Amino acid sequence: MAETTLQEIPVLETFQKCPTGIKGLDEITGGGLPQGRPTLICGGAGCGKTLLAMEFLVRGTTEYDEPGVFISFEEKSEELTKNFASLGFDLNDLVAREKLLLDYVHIERSEIEETGEYDLEGLFIRMGYAIDSIGAKRVAIDTIEALFSGFSNETILRAELRRLFRFLKGKGVTAVITGEQGERTLTRFGLEEYVADCVIFLSHQVVNQIATRRLRIIKYRGSAHGTNEYPFLLDEQGFSVMPISSIGLDHSASSERVSTGIQRLDTMLEGKGYYRGSSILVTGSAGTGKSSLAAHFVDAACRRGERCLYFAFEESRNQIIRNMRSIGLDLGQWVDKGVLEFRNSRPTLYGLEMHLVAMHRAIEEFQPAIVVIDPISNLMSVASEMEVKSMLSRLIDYLKMKEITAFCSALTVGGAAGDRTEEGMSSLMDSWILLQSLEGDGERNRGLYILKSRGMQHSNQVREFCLTDNGAKLQDVYVGPGGVLAGAGRIAQEAREKADALGRSQEIECKQRDLERKKALMEAQIAALRIGFDTEVDELERAISRGKLHREAVARDTLTMGRARAADDTPIPEGNGARNGKGERR
Amino acid sequence: MSETKQDDASIPFRDTAGEFELALEEAGTGVYLLRLYVSGMTPNSIRAIENIRKICAEHLEGRYHLEIIDIYQQPIFAKEGQIVAAPTLVKELPPPLRKFIGDLSQTERILLGLDIRKK
Repeated sequence: MAETTLQEIPVLETFQKCPTGIKGLDEITGGGLPQGRPTLICGGAGCGKTLLAMEFLVRGTTEYDEPGVFISFEEKSEELTKNFASLGFDLNDLVAREKLLLDYVHIERSEIEETGEYDLEGLFIRMGYAIDSIGAKRVAIDTIEALFSGFSNETILRAELRRLFRFLKGKGVTAVITGEQGERTLTRFGLEEYVADCVIFLSHQVVNQIATRRLRIIKYRGSAHGTNEYPFLLDEQGFSVMPISSIGLDHSASSERVSTGIQRLDTMLEGKGYYRGSSILVTGSAGTGKSSLAAHFVDAACRRGERCLYFAFEESRNQIIRNMRSIGLDLGQWVDKGVLEFRNSRPTLYGLEMHLVAMHRAIEEFQPAIVVIDPISNLMSVASEMEVKSMLSRLIDYLKMKEITAFCSALTVGGAAGDRTEEGMSSLMDSWILLQSLEGDGERNRGLYILKSRGMQHSNQVREFCLTDNGAKLQDVYVGPGGVLAGAGRIAQEAREKADALGRSQEIECKQRDLERKKALMEAQIAALRIGFDTEVDELERAISRGKLHREAVARDTLTMGRARAADDTPIPEGNGARNGKGERR
Repeated sequence: MSETKQDDASIPFRDTAGEFELALEEAGTGVYLLRLYVSGMTPNSIRAIENIRKICAEHLEGRYHLEIIDIYQQPIFAKEGQIVAAPTLVKELPPPLRKFIGDLSQTERILLGLDIRKK
């Protein structure tokens, strides 16, 4: 982010800048405050002037090794130490190591009597001494206007202030001077006349009962700077400013794919799922299963060991975990393992920009691979459509730059969830899944379409999206002459088809049996014929053998009779007839 | 600055720490403990020193300790004494603490402020 913003704001080598170390401020100032010159920070009461000044010093010592002096006209050193301890700044330690010097300048009007001509040399000497004693490079003065309440001679004061800023420049320190906002002027006593190098204005506006802190650089002599009002956050980690401008469209694009967590949805997306680092929008009317789809995606990512950050604007963490358990997803285990974190807040907790800053910060802290925003449409309640779009485009750009996959859900109003999103933000999104209620046969069923998914051949068919005890499942819907059927309609249709099929198969079976019977009959007939045939063959053979026996018997009888008649011994012509018969047959 | 140092050293009423302790003990006795912080020998400083010496001599003879501190020489005193303007005369004792800034040319205001006029 730093690099790109710096590119946008060209910095000439005319003078050095002093990095503040404050998140975001260095980006919008193009590198920091003017080195060796005073900077005025003005704003109303409680807008964070003192904090900004102190953080400038503390970060200066801890991050850039530049000791600092804090001249306080309002709070005593002990009070400052206590106040900043809550922000995690150990001022006592820094003071003990001579990295920081706190000097409380006590001015009490009632104690002071003016008795002639004077100057503020005492203050100069104190500052000079403080700066020299620790070799300070940075000075914060909070708030010098207290002088105006302590001294009545404004002519002297103004001359001395002019001298003070010259003195600070002469010392070569980078100074931050705070000033209370005046009625019509930036500061009550017109300090901006003297501190002309850089003026930063802090404001704390309340719009629709939601307070937003903003920072604007009114003037930065000799440097280009971001001119917008930038929202900033004050919390236990100090000050952070969010550059409002979009980062640009030069982020890299990964070709890696991440599973959606639902097998059939992966199939619809070329069998692989979403692109890593892409932005996914799920829209649908109430109760269409947007959060469940998100939970599946998160569950799959956690299973792979990727870190997920879940921004929930509707439900509490425990509620989400409980609800997802009902569809068989145990998100609680991932929370326990530290790979999943929930950030739950009501959209009305603070302004849109603050949400953005808070989300940025959470993302920076947690370094997730996947971010879920559920739902983005709820943010609409705190800002106008244009603002939401602007905020989301910045968020999406930021996530894309970090190659974080963004999963956003949006609630569409009314039954007819068309191709329209409330935020008109579809152009920002790479994949858009529409969950729709399919009404019919007295019930509502969930249908899932992929409206678009850049860079892949996605399925164009509608699927029924069922939430079961074992997670979400996608089913084919019945598409027939009666239209698209889902749910009970689909089941009924399936049953009808099954019955038809059963009937058909029974008919075939019947025919088969018939045929088999016929076959058996045919075979029986064949067998009967064969038996008849065989009988005839048998009879024939018997007749032949009978004939042969007869001939032999005749021959024997002739022989016997010959013998009996004492005839010549003639050989018996044995088998003669048979031999002849054979010969004939050949 | 060496010039200033000489002048500083030549001031006869310069208190030591011991004297200061003594003065604290005398708190209830109406003794005035005054400190004049000056920033070098500027015309304002010189006028202030002259004026306070004159006032002390005229009104507080014998019951005052006057300490003149050059904060150029000893800047640490500027912090400890909560000095912003120069010259500054601080009435440490008797209470309440009061500060007079400027060259101390308005004698009447000083006398009022030091509660001398009443007496």
